[in-house]
Amino acid sequence: MTTTEHKPHTSPEIGGLGHSRKRVEDARFIEGRGNYVDDITLPGMLHMAIHRSPLAHARIISIDTSAAEAVDGVVAVVTGELLADYDLDWMPTLSGDTQAVLATDKVRFQGQEIAAVIATDKYVAQDAARLVEVEYEDLEPIVNPQRALEEDAPVIRDDKEDQTSNLCFEWESGDKAATDAAFAKADKVVSLETHYPRSHPAPLETCGLIADVDSATGQTTLYMTSQAPHAHRTLFALVAGLPEQNIRIISPDLGGGFGNKVPIYPGYVVATAASLVIGKPVKWVESRSENLISTGFARDYHMKGELAVTNDGKILGLRVDMLADEGAFFADAQPSKLRAGLFHIVTGSYDYPAAYVTTRGAYTNKAPGGVAYRCSFRVTEASYLIERLVQNAAYELGMDPAEFRSNNFIQADQFPYHSPTGFVYDSGDYETAMRKAMDMVGYADIQAEKEEARKEGRLVGIGMASFTEVVGAGHGEDYDIIGLKMFDSAELRVHPTGKAILKLGVKSQGQGHETTFAQIVAEELGIPAGDVKVVEGDTDNTPYGLGTYASRSTPVAGAATAIIARTLREKAKKIAAHLLEASEEDLEWETGKFFVAGDPESSVSIQDIAFAAYTNPPPDLEPGLEGVHYYDPPEMTYPFGTYIVVVDVDPESGQWKVRRMVAVDDCGVKINPMIVEGQIQGGLTEGFAISSMQQMSFDEAGNCTSSTFMDYLVPTAWETPRFELGETVTPSPHHPIGAKGVGESATVGSPAAYVNAVVDALQHMGVQNIEMPMTADRVWDAMQENSGG
Amino acid sequence: MNITVTVNGAEHTADVEPRLLLVDFIRTNLGLTGTHIGCDTTSCGVCTVLVDGTPMKTCTMFAVQANGRSMVTVEGLKQNGELSAIQDAFREHHGLQCGFCTPAMMLVGTALIEENPDPTEDDIRWAISGNLCRCTGYVNIVKSIEAAAETTREGASS
Repeated sequence: MTTTEHKPHTSPEIGGLGHSRKRVEDARFIEGRGNYVDDITLPGMLHMAIHRSPLAHARIISIDTSAAEAVDGVVAVVTGELLADYDLDWMPTLSGDTQAVLATDKVRFQGQEIAAVIATDKYVAQDAARLVEVEYEDLEPIVNPQRALEEDAPVIRDDKEDQTSNLCFEWESGDKAATDAAFAKADKVVSLETHYPRSHPAPLETCGLIADVDSATGQTTLYMTSQAPHAHRTLFALVAGLPEQNIRIISPDLGGGFGNKVPIYPGYVVATAASLVIGKPVKWVESRSENLISTGFARDYHMKGELAVTNDGKILGLRVDMLADEGAFFADAQPSKLRAGLFHIVTGSYDYPAAYVTTRGAYTNKAPGGVAYRCSFRVTEASYLIERLVQNAAYELGMDPAEFRSNNFIQADQFPYHSPTGFVYDSGDYETAMRKAMDMVGYADIQAEKEEARKEGRLVGIGMASFTEVVGAGHGEDYDIIGLKMFDSAELRVHPTGKAILKLGVKSQGQGHETTFAQIVAEELGIPAGDVKVVEGDTDNTPYGLGTYASRSTPVAGAATAIIARTLREKAKKIAAHLLEASEEDLEWETGKFFVAGDPESSVSIQDIAFAAYTNPPPDLEPGLEGVHYYDPPEMTYPFGTYIVVVDVDPESGQWKVRRMVAVDDCGVKINPMIVEGQIQGGLTEGFAISSMQQMSFDEAGNCTSSTFMDYLVPTAWETPRFELGETVTPSPHHPIGAKGVGESATVGSPAAYVNAVVDALQHMGVQNIEMPMTADRVWDAMQENSGG
Repeated sequence: MNITVTVNGAEHTADVEPRLLLVDFIRTNLGLTGTHIGCDTTSCGVCTVLVDGTPMKTCTMFAVQANGRSMVTVEGLKQNGELSAIQDAFREHHGLQCGFCTPAMMLVGTALIEENPDPTEDDIRWAISGNLCRCTGYVNIVKSIEAAAETTREGASS
């Protein structure tokens, strides 16, 4: 597959693929007219606040709600005991485990939900929630997975009959025998032990829900911060036993999601149950601290990777062993058949025959989660490990890291490429992307400057990551969420006046679907994008879909959109033949119209065809111009790129500053280059955050010490580096418009580039690794430990 | 306690609990939901409004502290049916994605341009450093404020 330039086929007025069309959704946001869950007020609405555990691990002796109930304005106090009457005290997780909705037996992490107060006022609910009194018997808090798996560790999940240890799962991938054989032939084995720290997506809008159950009809309307409204409706039907046709989930504007709004949280369940019992709408919106301490964390993988290499710089095999800190309930939001998500993409952008990955997951006294924070399931951890290993291998062999990569890249003519862990990469041209990034940054000049700088007492480092991502799950045969196949859908209705409405099963959290999906329709049907309204996030009014996460909107729902538009174009052709009194075989398509071959004057526009579909259809054809398509992708898509970071490290303090950050991305065909750039800039910032400052931390007692934005550090405009973006375009051969998805590439690929750059600056001292986040003291320590100081 | 505030040019009088946060007064009592809540520690800045022209984080200010003062929220940026220069610029330069931090970013940008009509990139980055964004990496927010400053200067000189 060759790298190609992609120019728009349509005029700016039509606004098909490749146009940097301004965003439709901005009109409401810039006037403060966005409609987020907390902006919604319903008549008679009550407010809910949650009493949470101050302890990480303790047995509950008693719960006294009397003081809370006595507060003026309190309508009800809900405990797990009460929920048990409705069989709602426990709920299933997305990984087939169970999670307490409100704790009754033990608390298993700090911040766990114990009781909920429903009151007429938000302040009153919060006042009363503090008055719930719980008596505890302390238990040993387990704050790391190593301790969790020791034989004498107390069993956290003693609620599960067959659970005799804190082992949560064991999982392997690849071929052990082939990998052992590869290692036996190796000249050198390069190893790296590292921890990808616990992180949190922390969208600026926290999670929340308004439950509105009509006691007369049973109609249950849930206004919910949901990235996957259809899947959530089905879960509510299954868990709460509510008739699915009576549940309507409306996911209004979302103030970011990044994976945090994929799971179902106890607050959603309790508020819904409360509305059902009380017969009034109930609103629950988390505080920031609640969001950080109790909802879906990400990462927290302790990884050991070994790379078998030859002296002439060839990779022979990869071996990885991991320990995953899963928290108190195994709640990874990932396809059911997998236990470590798509981590086995860890073989990366390189061609070698053998890899073997083993993973153990452990329960600990931390919040559950394991969400795909701005990445496809566990792909970020995988990309980080291989890109760190590759740099260390190059050092070990005395090679330039770029040349070592080049020596091992999967070549452009090897696609579709079958990886040793079973993936089928769709397309790529890794060498071209890397060389482009190297040209942009002036790679040779920086390498030369490094030597000079050292002589002057300055520390300069350059690091890169040539990542390959895997996104756009399914296909349905191998990938499902609690049994729901990972397809997605699009329903397109072209109205008599030639205007259209497109309804999707996915849900934007800021990615601009209302703009970009209209462009796909414009490309395929020639209807101006401005004439296409895009609707999402309302289960009563959109076709079933699995939702937006793991960069699957464009790869899956985007494909569904292109295909339904093409299906309607086929029908339009029949109507055109009828209108032009020509045979279908004689008609040709040009954006927005059919014409008779050889007689371009005899044409009919898509708008006239749409009108005829309702007013003058051919006698043998069903009227109307509407349809729905469910797209089950044949394979996933594999965006890639090379990121290069140049840093200056202060030898006196360990502080480091990004001097240059060059990012060359290849996400296949772009729908809207402006939006693609915005996605990449955001992702590069999240990668910078994780590598430099952002971390969920705990003390020995299991107290979360990063429970506010004062100590869970999110970069501001001041710290955030400047970015220089470049592109190559390698279309996905199996996607209808050749697109691959881009929302997460930069978060997946960039952390390794930042770390590789800082390690590179200190490499001459013998520094092999610095753990993320690379705070100044860690960098300082690395310098001291390796300089005999 | 009785308070009287002017918001977007309109005067409001209300009897409020002394502990009522200004952000809740704006959102709930006045129904101006373009001002958001993203944290409770004055860290994220999505609750920022202009109080007597100065950006203030209303999640750590009591409604009673606004008594007698004049405020502008995002709903007050549009004048006479015309979008302000900063609103136009945010749309033109893709300065927003999820839109949650946007009202506050535009208000901070407006105050900056008022004070410094020709800000450098560093001036802008420093001015918005009390406001978090999780989507954009700030690149296009900075561009949008730069562009709005330019438009405003051109408007003033013509």
